[in-house]
Amino acid sequence: MSEKIFSLLCGLIFGLGLVISGMTNPEKVIGFLSFTHNWDASLIFVMGGAILVFAPTFYFLKEKQKSILGIDVSLPKNTLQIDTRLIFGTSLFGVGWGLAGFCPGPAISSLAFFEPVSIIFLISMLVGIYVNKYFF
Amino acid sequence: MHNFTPQSAFIGGLLIGFSVLLFFYTTGRLAGVSGIFSNAFTSHNKRTSNWLFLIGLVLGPLLFIIFSPNEIQFSVTNSFILITIAGFLVGLGTRMGGGCTSGHGVCGVSRFSIRSIVGTLTFIIAGAITVFVLQIYGIYL
Repeated sequence: MSEKIFSLLCGLIFGLGLVISGMTNPEKVIGFLSFTHNWDASLIFVMGGAILVFAPTFYFLKEKQKSILGIDVSLPKNTLQIDTRLIFGTSLFGVGWGLAGFCPGPAISSLAFFEPVSIIFLISMLVGIYVNKYFF
Repeated sequence: MHNFTPQSAFIGGLLIGFSVLLFFYTTGRLAGVSGIFSNAFTSHNKRTSNWLFLIGLVLGPLLFIIFSPNEIQFSVTNSFILITIAGFLVGLGTRMGGGCTSGHGVCGVSRFSIRSIVGTLTFIIAGAITVFVLQIYGIYL
C-alpha cells in the first residue's frame, strides 16, 4: 500500500519539478538543443540539480538488498554495456526530442495544460513503444 | 543567452532529484519515466504503482497551475505531422536505448553508469543536430 502512495507522491514531486524548471515548455527544451543560436543552458541546471541530490545519496543504499519499505532493490547491471541498441535507440530518441522538444516526462506532465498536442505525442509514443516490443 | 532561467531550473532540478531519491529509497526502483510509462501499458508487474506515478506527474503541474500566480509558458510546434513523428521516435528510441532524460540522464549519470553517460551524450548530440537542421530549413527560429 505505502509503495503505491510513495509512487504517487514521487510522481507529483517530479511533475512539480518539471513545471517549475520550465521543462514542460517544449520551446525551452528546443532552446537548450539550439547550441548555435540563442542557446538556453537552463536544462543543464535541471539535470545538474537532480544529479547533485541523487548521486551522493545513491551510494548509501547501493550495497543494500532492500528498500526501507522492504522491497527488493532492482538496478540495471549492464552499466558498462555499450551496444548498437543503445547508440541507435538514444539517437532516435534524440531526433524525436529535437523535433518536438518533448521527452517522456514533460510530455506526460503537459497533459495538465489540456493541449491536444500532448495527447497526439503520447499516442504516437505508445505506438513506438509497441513497435520496439514486437519488431525489435 | 535568450530566456536563460538558472534559478528556477535549479530549484526544479533539486525537486526532481529529491523525487528520484525518495522513489529509490522507498520502492527500490529507479524513476525512469519512459520505462514507467511503457510498463504501465505493457506489463502487469507493479502496474498500479506505475500508473500512480504517471498520475502524480500530471497532478504536480495541475496543483502548480491552481496555486501559482505565475502564467505557465507552453509553446510547441503546431505541425501535427512533426509531433506524430517525434512521439513515435521517442517511444521507439527510449525503449530500444533503455532510457530517456530521467532514466539515463538523471538516474544513470548519478550512478556513474558509463552506458547512461554515453546514452545521454548521444541523445543530446542527436537532438542538437536535429534542431540545427530544422533551423537551416526555417522550421525553428
